[in-house]
Amino acid sequence: MSGHIPSPKVYVAVFAALIAGTVLTYLAALVDFGFFNNVVMLAIAVTKMLLVMLFFMGLRWSTRLTWVVAASGFVFLLIMFTITMSDYLTRGWVPGTLK
Amino acid sequence: MSNGQSHAEHYPGPLHSPPVKSGEVRKPHLPHAHHPKLQHHFDDMGQQLEASTLGMWVFLVTEIMFFGGLFMAYLVYRWANPAGFQEASAHLNKFWGAVNTVVLIVSSLTMAMAVRSAQTSAAPKTQVGWLVATMVFGTVFLGVKVVEYTDKFTHHLVPGPYFQWPGEYPAAAEMFYSLYFAMTGLHALHMIIGLGLMTVIAVMAWRGKFDAAYYTPVEVSGLYWHFVDIVWIFLFPLLYLIGAHYGAGH
Repeated sequence: MSGHIPSPKVYVAVFAALIAGTVLTYLAALVDFGFFNNVVMLAIAVTKMLLVMLFFMGLRWSTRLTWVVAASGFVFLLIMFTITMSDYLTRGWVPGTLK
Repeated sequence: MSNGQSHAEHYPGPLHSPPVKSGEVRKPHLPHAHHPKLQHHFDDMGQQLEASTLGMWVFLVTEIMFFGGLFMAYLVYRWANPAGFQEASAHLNKFWGAVNTVVLIVSSLTMAMAVRSAQTSAAPKTQVGWLVATMVFGTVFLGVKVVEYTDKFTHHLVPGPYFQWPGEYPAAAEMFYSLYFAMTGLHALHMIIGLGLMTVIAVMAWRGKFDAAYYTPVEVSGLYWHFVDIVWIFLFPLLYLIGAHYGAGH
């Protein structure tokens, strides 16, 4: 956040968007979309996270190096999810192996 | 120095001073000719703030992996027992979960304003005001958590020998509540640490330590606080809302 100081209006707008996202995710959860409930709730959660990171945490005005460091956390998280689930989801595919 | 030359001939001088060019007249280093908070291994205040902020982001990446392990466990067990997790989630109080989400978002707003008040050299009273507001909302969050945990204890929803589940999937429900307590418990621990941090920062702000030239501790604590908010942004739907439309009888 070197140097740039956003106006309180920016913060209030982000706050309003976060509250709207919370209301939306609550209402969407009451409707049965089947599997897509997960897609909707995660899409809203990721959007809210990006708003917090970009504005409240000032990433929008940070250096590219900070962007890379912040992104690396999610890259490692995705590697962990992908490799672990590639094990669980494929168990029993080969006949005779453990399910 | 095997050839017998003295160390002094080879000593290039302190690391931060480049070699003197011929004809250059070097000014003596005046003690404290810079901001008192500037440490000597940084060129200027901007670089110092940048280094601290980057260091905090590196720490937050390790925090992402710390919580990530629990999210991984949640994913595996929910994948194995989708209906059981929905049934278990339906017993959590969506209302309190939503209230706490709003409370944390408000606290993130007041935290952002606290950082801003330091950046704009606002009066110590103003800075402390925003920090105390953040702490009040953080405490409200923990208060709601106490109410919820108490309810889980009285209804035998704490995993262990006294766990009782009236529904169809007792084993999956116990796993869900194990994850519920591990994830919200670790999150609550982070909130308590955050409140401790805020206390220290508020005392420093009260003593007038922060202004536009130096506000690194407020900035870095703010990053931590917002991170804890982000964790809750994911915990709320994944724990409280997945069972919201589960079975009419629940």
